[in-house]
Amino acid sequence: MGAGAAPLPVPAPANNRRRRIRRLSNAARAYLLVVPAAAFYIAFVIRPIILTAQYSVYNWDGIKPATWAGADNYVEVFTNPKLVGAILNSFELIIYFSFIPVVLALFAANVIRGIARSRLSGVARTVLFLPQVIPLVAAGIMWSWMLSTNGTVNQLLRAVGLGFLGRAWLGDFDTALPAVGVIGAWVQLGLCLILILAGMSKIDPALYEAARIDGAGPIREFFSITLPSLRQELAVAITITVIAALASFDIIYISTQGGPGNSTLVPGLQVYYLAFFDREIGTASALALTLMALVLIVVLPLQRILRGRDG
Amino acid sequence: MSQSRTRRFRTVAGGGLALSAALVLSACAPPGSSGEVVAGPTAGGVATCGTEDVVLDAYIETGFPLPNELFAEFTKQYPNVTFDVREDQFAVLTQNAPRVLQDDPPDLMRLPQMSELASGGLLLDLDPYAEQFGWTEWPASQLVQMRVDDEGRRGSGPLYAMGLNFSMTGVFYNKELAAQIGMTEAPKSVEELDGYLQAAKDAGITPIAQFNGGATGGLLFPLQALMASYGETTPINDWIFHTPGATIDTPDNLAAAEHLQRWVEAGYFADDVNSMDYAQMMSRFIGGESLFIFDGDWESGNLDTQMPGNAGFFPMPPLEVGGTQFGAMSAPLTYGISAYAAHPDCAAFFLNWVTTDETARTITVQVGGSHPMGPADAFMPEVDADSVTAATLAAGTEVNAVNGAMDFIANATGSIYAQSWTPNIQQLVAGQQDAAGMLTAVQADYEAEVGG
Repeated sequence: MGAGAAPLPVPAPANNRRRRIRRLSNAARAYLLVVPAAAFYIAFVIRPIILTAQYSVYNWDGIKPATWAGADNYVEVFTNPKLVGAILNSFELIIYFSFIPVVLALFAANVIRGIARSRLSGVARTVLFLPQVIPLVAAGIMWSWMLSTNGTVNQLLRAVGLGFLGRAWLGDFDTALPAVGVIGAWVQLGLCLILILAGMSKIDPALYEAARIDGAGPIREFFSITLPSLRQELAVAITITVIAALASFDIIYISTQGGPGNSTLVPGLQVYYLAFFDREIGTASALALTLMALVLIVVLPLQRILRGRDG
Repeated sequence: MSQSRTRRFRTVAGGGLALSAALVLSACAPPGSSGEVVAGPTAGGVATCGTEDVVLDAYIETGFPLPNELFAEFTKQYPNVTFDVREDQFAVLTQNAPRVLQDDPPDLMRLPQMSELASGGLLLDLDPYAEQFGWTEWPASQLVQMRVDDEGRRGSGPLYAMGLNFSMTGVFYNKELAAQIGMTEAPKSVEELDGYLQAAKDAGITPIAQFNGGATGGLLFPLQALMASYGETTPINDWIFHTPGATIDTPDNLAAAEHLQRWVEAGYFADDVNSMDYAQMMSRFIGGESLFIFDGDWESGNLDTQMPGNAGFFPMPPLEVGGTQFGAMSAPLTYGISAYAAHPDCAAFFLNWVTTDETARTITVQVGGSHPMGPADAFMPEVDADSVTAATLAAGTEVNAVNGAMDFIANATGSIYAQSWTPNIQQLVAGQQDAAGMLTAVQADYEAEVGG
């Protein structure tokens, strides 16, 4: 509670005025501190969103005067099979960008906690977190080499006698999207791991001791103690990775550019193509806003489910 | 939180909303401006660079030494003119073109697809210069691709760009590998080429490496080459230039696309073409891992350096030996002048100098590897007869003799390449699309865009 707001029983008028002035100047100082950040936020976040909303109801090529389009651009987003396909692809990516890394990270974190005292755990943590440090563009280039016809992946397959499975992973209609997903899973694993390890360090060791006395095995421990205690961290990890899947751009732009034949096209990439190559700023803006709405529609209920019982 | 703080918070939030609302109101006018052209060619006389110091602002594509070499030579001959050069990748040029041409107008700019830039009033109409310098006397086919009418259709209307040279596509081959399968000279018919492709395949040599991965559809190079062998090039140009009623889905083009499909099914392309990019194609060809590539003469200089004496070039042959129905994609290396440029006269003078000065034409051939612009009887530098540059220049003459030059089918509209040709031809490679289906799909996309 603010001291300035506490009412005195018998306020002298002069005192009261002085206090009000002091309160106002305090407030002014506080606003002054907020202004730079707010100005940047408004100029670089709020304003672009408003402008995007405005562009989305016009037909505009970015040069000539725009003409009013109403809801046409939104109709296009939901009826053009290519744009709908892009949205479906991004949902499939959730499996690779979110589900797989979270499950793997849970497993890896459990193992690392088990070997916490050995030097190996530090090494394991570093190795698994490394992908987060590497720029996504570098990761994309590195993986597109590894997944190429003569890349490491096919060499390994040949070495173990599975050469017949080898293919141009990113150039094959059936494997391009999963291959891109694997790159994403590799990148996201480190983030999930660090979040979960941090969460695990908060769990009171006494709980495990008690469980062991009650005769629980490692699996029972995991499901009865570890998993429920990690709900907060899992919520953060799942939220961030789901957003990464729905709004993905960089990995796909570097490794496949949406090809072959639109099989890895995602909304983020399509917004870019529509705006800068097709010069359909209106449709691009409509798709961008749809993407934003989509992310919110998926993430907000997810937050509620994952954090619900705490709130 | 106390009540007063809540109130304060509300005030701040309210202020923020008011500010946002003000921004919305200020942005409420429809986007886009008609803009006024401030620059224009000098009336009367012939444009020059004068005697005062001039700094020409140039915005060019990175990775190609030709423009910089020409700039250096021009400054040597006209010391009062220097160049302020910015370089970017082609994709970046494409994205930035409208904004740069208006907000930070270059005197010379390497142009991407130019229909919208020209009809949007961002490029200077070069017709007055064409009159002054006599460009109108050249073969009309050299300039036709750079004319744009007021509806953004190319092929007619004012001239909005000039070429530093014009390129020619065809087939490069590795001479050592060719000798291994008994190919001692360029094939004279498509059938003969088919034979060599099969012979290479039988000998365990990859017949064709071709970029077709990601957002690139490099199999359009052999496709369009086959189209020109199967039928006339005029209907193809009509389609690219949006002539009413034009279609890509013709019987000749279908036969060509089916021929390409047979090549795919016979395994003449490397099995990973759908993930191969341009650089991979070049490194495999230079490394001797593939007999043929379909590409353009902009690589001649590079190949003469990287595999001297070992690279050959021929234009796609006609169906029958001795036939005259064949062609090549040919396009000028387009440079335009912003409608807002500070020194349009000097920029136009430079563009004319590139096509007329003997040293400039020599640089164009030796560095760029392509044919200079200009009248058919203009000066041509000597070239080593054994080089691939000599072969591409000769092919250019051959193609021009049968009037076989055509624009690239990928240039028909802004998005036809990325959004239609590329996915369809990648599907053709994967066996998910056939020749007829591809042409129908592309024609439907074309009509949706041109009609709409």
